[in-house]
Amino acid sequence: MNHTHIWVIIVEHTLQTSIHRHQMKDTIALFTTCMVDQMFPEIGVAAVNLLRRTGRKVAFPPEQTCCGQPFYNSGFWPQARDLAKATIQALEPYHAVVIPGGSCAGMIRVEYAHLFEDQPDWRVRAAALGAKTFEFSEYLAANLTLSPKSEQPTPVTYHDSCHMLRVAGIKHQPRQLLEQVGCQITEMRESERCCGFGGLFSVKMQPVSKAMTAEKLSQANQTATGLLVTSDPGCLMQMRANQPLGDPLRIDHLAVVLEELAA
Amino acid sequence: MKIDNKQFLNTAQQTIEDPVLQAAYDKAIPRFNSSRQDAFALVPDVEELRRELKAVRAATIADLGTHLQTFERNAQAAGAVVHWANHAQQVGQIVLDIARRRRAKLIAKSKSMVTEELHLNQVLESAGIKVVETDLGEYIIQLANERPSHIIGPAIHKTARQVRELFIEKLHQRVDEDPAALTDVARHALREIFINADIGISGVNLGVAETGSVVLVTNEGNGRMVTSLPPVHIAVMGIERLAPDWGAAAVWLSLLARAATGQAMSIYTSVITGPARADDLDGPKEVHIILVDNQRSAQIGTKYEEILQCIRCGACLAACPVYGEAGGHAYHSPYSGPIGAVISPLLFGLENYPALPQASSLCGACLEVCPVQIDLPRMLLALRVDSVEQGLVSPPMVAAEKISARMMKKPGWMQFFFKTGRIGQLMLKLFNISFNGFENYPMVSRQSFRDLWKRMEADDDRQR
Repeated sequence: MNHTHIWVIIVEHTLQTSIHRHQMKDTIALFTTCMVDQMFPEIGVAAVNLLRRTGRKVAFPPEQTCCGQPFYNSGFWPQARDLAKATIQALEPYHAVVIPGGSCAGMIRVEYAHLFEDQPDWRVRAAALGAKTFEFSEYLAANLTLSPKSEQPTPVTYHDSCHMLRVAGIKHQPRQLLEQVGCQITEMRESERCCGFGGLFSVKMQPVSKAMTAEKLSQANQTATGLLVTSDPGCLMQMRANQPLGDPLRIDHLAVVLEELAA
Repeated sequence: MKIDNKQFLNTAQQTIEDPVLQAAYDKAIPRFNSSRQDAFALVPDVEELRRELKAVRAATIADLGTHLQTFERNAQAAGAVVHWANHAQQVGQIVLDIARRRRAKLIAKSKSMVTEELHLNQVLESAGIKVVETDLGEYIIQLANERPSHIIGPAIHKTARQVRELFIEKLHQRVDEDPAALTDVARHALREIFINADIGISGVNLGVAETGSVVLVTNEGNGRMVTSLPPVHIAVMGIERLAPDWGAAAVWLSLLARAATGQAMSIYTSVITGPARADDLDGPKEVHIILVDNQRSAQIGTKYEEILQCIRCGACLAACPVYGEAGGHAYHSPYSGPIGAVISPLLFGLENYPALPQASSLCGACLEVCPVQIDLPRMLLALRVDSVEQGLVSPPMVAAEKISARMMKKPGWMQFFFKTGRIGQLMLKLFNISFNGFENYPMVSRQSFRDLWKRMEADDDRQR
């Protein structure tokens, strides 16, 4: 092997990695959340279609799985740490991370710092990731203005997911986007009331969880809008699972509703 | 009795399925919430006031020993007798000693959660002393032989109709369902108690170290009767309920009633500084203050120290959706709701209350309303971590958590995990099996997003 050949390999490699890095810098990573990936892929599809309208490239880092929240919330912190580390590794090369799940966004942005309280190196990496992690509606509202497809207003009501609201601190963006696509929002008596999911809480404390969901759904039905929108796949699953038979209320994720109604 | 998930759910389910109980809670809770919101809205800068109270409470707890000594000195100087009690039995013994010396047969009590915690009534009753609760709510549940369902509204689970039936049965009084009429019946019955009681026992909302005073906040005036008519007053106080001075007490009092009932101030705010002076027209001849630790000092310096800042307003109970459905009795502790879920395991042992930290969706509504901004969700989480570390989680659950965490780590295994779930779901559907409602869950998708992504990515590359 001659010297020239080695130099070509080195130059090529350097060029390729810097091109790759450059591309990553301009690329939004979609962290679908495990639930959207496995149960509600249509939310991921809608999210990608809308995010592409910002002009940025959207990537799906294939190593992503679960952010660790279920284990974090049930007190299994070593297990949660493992998943958090894998998530950080999968997402940190990108320019920004967008998540169509409010509670997972809160997990990465706020709770990772608590999880890595005693591991300064990981705490720093978690903080760096947290700083460029956005919940879907938050990112979209800041980067795009949507317009309605139809002139006919669509009546909706919006459920604030607890962790998106109180941990990630996001309240007005989903409403702003819904209004941009022609939605007429009628608020529930308590839009900020928990839907009863709470992860494993819904299994461990099922009767209480179900009673909470019944209350939420009854408040949604009282708005007579017929469409209940949420930004969290967990809330979505919980509310759909506990809908009384024959209840005509449509419950859907913000991304799906926006894609459907946007011009 | 160990309060595990099954115990909690048994009682919760009874409440959920009982339309009368649900109606009672559904009536009381929104009223607590809206009154508090209205009261907070009227304060020019309520957030500033909350920060101030937080700072005062944190600083006091950080130097609690010093403040307690100051309190003791000043209370003694004012003529009160100060007792220290580590445990429930010691409190019972101190009260029994006083009662024996005074040959007491009848004790009038005003509301005190700390004596509920110590089961003081049972101790006194088994010594042959009659104890009568004089707070209307406590009076009702004492007649009904029940436990408080809320820290400031012990009988909120009862409807006016039930109270009427109870009064007819126990007091042999014909009375209307009207709350005013019902209160009138209780007032007449209790007047006799106030006049004849040998000892009055009260709780303490806060002590003020600067003057050695105890402050009682009530709406019914029974607290004032209990502490001024009988010749002896015994005040039972948790050691953490202390304000260093009147400036701190003022901040405390300006938020307590607003957070609790939405009042700017409660109807009665009584300040008791020692027994009656020679020239006082009335008041007790003896005042005893029992300072109760009962595991409170053990929290200092731990990750749970913040819980000692609680002023027992009950705002977190009204805000909590779990409390709203499960009701107060499900917690099987004098302290229910989010504060109860944290403080009961801390004071009475996590091993005795393993269900309580689990009885939360971690929605965070409690933190939002707490006048002292106590991070209850974070402490519930910490208690869950402790539960795992102390081996209080059942072995099958531990195995399930560990195996699923392992599987969730790799995309392929995760996909397998969910696909297995899908097969389970298909089986339930195929054989029309109902399995705890899981048959109604949305199906795991046949094609995952990552399956679809390959095509979507190619689309994007073509467009570019």
